[in-house]
Amino acid sequence: MVVAAMPAPNEPEPDSAKPLVIAGITRHFHIGKRLVTALDKVSASTAPGLVTGLIGPDGAGKTTLMRLIAGLLRADAGSIHVFGTDVRAAPLVVQGMISYMPQRFGLYEDLTVGENLDLYADLQGVATAARAARYAELLHMTGLADFTARLAGRLSGGMKQKLGLACTLIRPPRLLLLDEPTVGVDPVSRRELWQIVDHLVRKAGMSVLLSTAYLDEAERCDEVLLLHEGQLIGSGQPGDFTQAMAGRSFQVRAPGRSKRALQAALAPLAGVTDAVIQGEAVRLVLDAHTLPATISPPGFDDLRITPAAPRFEDRFVDLLRGKTGATAAVMPVAAEIIAPVAAEAVIEAVHLVKQFGAFTAVDDISFSVRRGEIFGLLGANGAGKSTTFRMLCGLLPATSGHLRVDGYDLRHATATARGRLGYMAQKFSLYGDLSVMQNLRFFAAAYGLSRQRRAERIGWALREFELAPLADATSRDLPLGFKQRMALACALMHEPDVLFLDEPTSGVDPLARREFWQRINALAERGVTVLVTTHFMDEAEYCDRLVIMAQGRILAAGTSEALKQAARTASQPEPSMEDAFIALIMADSAKTTGQAA
Amino acid sequence: MTARLLRLRGLIRKEGLQILRDPSSIAIAFILPAMLLMLFGYGVSLDARNVALGLVVEQKSAAAASLTAQFRHSPYFAPQDFASAAAVQQALSRGRIEGFIWLQGDFARQLSAGHDPQIGLFVDGVNANNARLIENYVQQSWADWAAQQGAKTAIAVQPRIWFNPAVSSRDYLVPGLIAVIMTLTGALLTAMVIAREWERGTMEALMVTRVSMDEILVSKIIPYFLLGMGGMVVAVLIAVGLFGVPLLGSLLVLGLAASLFMLASLGMGLLISTVAKNQFVAGQIAIITTFLPAFILSGFIFDISSMPVPIQWLTHIVAARYFVAILQTLFLAGTVWSVLVPNLFALLMMAVFFLGAARLAARKRLD
Repeated sequence: MVVAAMPAPNEPEPDSAKPLVIAGITRHFHIGKRLVTALDKVSASTAPGLVTGLIGPDGAGKTTLMRLIAGLLRADAGSIHVFGTDVRAAPLVVQGMISYMPQRFGLYEDLTVGENLDLYADLQGVATAARAARYAELLHMTGLADFTARLAGRLSGGMKQKLGLACTLIRPPRLLLLDEPTVGVDPVSRRELWQIVDHLVRKAGMSVLLSTAYLDEAERCDEVLLLHEGQLIGSGQPGDFTQAMAGRSFQVRAPGRSKRALQAALAPLAGVTDAVIQGEAVRLVLDAHTLPATISPPGFDDLRITPAAPRFEDRFVDLLRGKTGATAAVMPVAAEIIAPVAAEAVIEAVHLVKQFGAFTAVDDISFSVRRGEIFGLLGANGAGKSTTFRMLCGLLPATSGHLRVDGYDLRHATATARGRLGYMAQKFSLYGDLSVMQNLRFFAAAYGLSRQRRAERIGWALREFELAPLADATSRDLPLGFKQRMALACALMHEPDVLFLDEPTSGVDPLARREFWQRINALAERGVTVLVTTHFMDEAEYCDRLVIMAQGRILAAGTSEALKQAARTASQPEPSMEDAFIALIMADSAKTTGQAA
Repeated sequence: MTARLLRLRGLIRKEGLQILRDPSSIAIAFILPAMLLMLFGYGVSLDARNVALGLVVEQKSAAAASLTAQFRHSPYFAPQDFASAAAVQQALSRGRIEGFIWLQGDFARQLSAGHDPQIGLFVDGVNANNARLIENYVQQSWADWAAQQGAKTAIAVQPRIWFNPAVSSRDYLVPGLIAVIMTLTGALLTAMVIAREWERGTMEALMVTRVSMDEILVSKIIPYFLLGMGGMVVAVLIAVGLFGVPLLGSLLVLGLAASLFMLASLGMGLLISTVAKNQFVAGQIAIITTFLPAFILSGFIFDISSMPVPIQWLTHIVAARYFVAILQTLFLAGTVWSVLVPNLFALLMMAVFFLGAARLAARKRLD
């Protein structure tokens, strides 16, 4: 043990004031026959009394790093010191200083809120006399005081998350590790969680390491570590990241022209780092040497370019572009064929209701989607999105109301009618054991394409989605971005007129997300109608119009711009989509309590 | 209270609450044993009772009547009369009876003349085991009858059966069944509940606290040990109370043997759980490596000495084998130390081996 505790000559001196000193951490995993490098020589350190964000998309290595810090995994190389103690040499000492909330909270669902607290109080050695006061404080902080006798399994997602946090805080740790605490949590609970974390840092002087795939959360951290594919690609204060982008972000409008055509024209231009649709405009990020005046996409004469506040995400994209050398135009988009958005409604839901016993999952909703439109259903988990989705796909009968997809009620329609619909599920329902080619062949056959047509479409998919080099790779082992491409290729195998996407890009890295939406935009331009369900505020920005759902009802409908405008107040002149969402939820719950009183 | 005891208390209380709230663990510990006992106690029997036996008496006589009465009054036979040999043969070939006895016309004359009378016995040999049983029973009844007649007929073999005088297979099966049942709670339930902690991510949360691996293991062993012993008590009560199986040996030794076996089973369950991180895999492994061997290779149903030699060797690594031997001895023969001591020693070795292996395999890490 003595040998292990002695620092190697080239390691930094353990610093007992710093919560974390990570030096050259490398960790590999075997996935099937493939050796995957989860972390590649990562070195970083954090300062005490701050919230440090560990930011990166799914598969960046965030959870692996958390587990290494908590002593649950061993590094292949490098060292981690927590307040000067080597994790490898003395894991129990480190575990006495930290608290760790894993992604799945670690709650016992068949124990009540109070019993979960008791268990963790016993485990953390909290003296019996001190418990009452500590429980009261934690329950007050998390708003769970009225639910101590409720089974943890019966709590909502946000409440479970808060209980998980209360359990990890039962004995105030010096370093708190939170692994994606805000994933799958509704925006209101997400905001509350952040308030708790801020409170802990400010009042109790705790140091927090929090991982997240949501880039908008970076700006709430005091400092951030930016991970991508196992490498640390940046660290520092989030303000510095955004500051580096000052004067490089703009909003571009071309009156009378489609925003998608504009985006497609801007993206391939030299000097453009990023071009994404945001509401009715295109958000443009230029590289450091390009001036906005020099931007002139062919065919667009009347451009209105206004400066915009830089975002954290701009810097992330900038860093990734610098790393990979990729340009904003990920693929040649066939944007010439611009079909005018026809007024005809392709998807129609009229007074749609779905009841499960006494529970109303979908409560009288109506909306219609026009041809070539990208339409979003935005809401937290449990808002009724999936139920609506299933009714539209014809998988679930509606209790009452009418619905039509491309002229058919899919509940009673023939296979031909269903064949006009493409569907991409949240976790990409592909056959993991089959190769890319075998998956494509299977889906082509499942959609009943003729032999010749099959060959054509498979060729198209391999070309269009750049899957040819990976044709023989096992799907399970593909990186997330490629899985997503393949899932989309499979959903488009039969050239559907209507495309259903279920949380298509949550957790995917920003470049893969841009690439994905660029393809979707191109499809919409060609007249494909796209319906997206998501709880991810970012995805809402890509939609032409959207509805916000909560508790089975539609709270608001319109363009993302209009929805944000409605939430504008004196204190919030530039509300984000999330602000708009929270404002709507708050107003709604105030109304329902008002009615009940 | 020291921090260590406090942690242990918390973990054990948690486990207890989970057992009380989760109907499936109660079901595996108490309802499944009761069901298996009922099934084997009432349904499955290796005895032949109420055997449909055909009787053909070609010429009525007092001697013939008294012999057939012997069969009619036996609990083992449900005799049916047939008029002719042809009729009874047809009944046998159609499977309506399992065998028949043929008293030829000169039966009474042969007997009174002092000759050894001959009776014919025909048995359906499709079910060889049953056929042998019927043959034995008929021979026994025949010998009894002959003895009563005081005839100077050849005295048939007088079998003497020790330790299970009623020759009831139930008395023999039920004690063995207890071993199979305890394997369920010991290995299956333990492996499953730990796999559940992995599945739900609670194990990861536990591991980051100051809890040591020993504490986690002990907190699993104690509650499931108690649960398993509870199941054992229920099984013994059903065996003795409901089925009237005699319990001749010492209760103390029974408790000792059950404890050792339970510890070996728990050790196997813990060992399985270090490999299997989801409930489905844990269940499959537990059934294949503990429950099935306990059923097939323990000598509970199938006699070990009549197995092929390589399979006999294999039975030595099945903990249930030793426990079945102990149970059958304690229930039916009493506290016979010469049988008990080696088997108890083997169980002790197995408990030490599996618990030790589980401790060595358990790491407070995810890799």
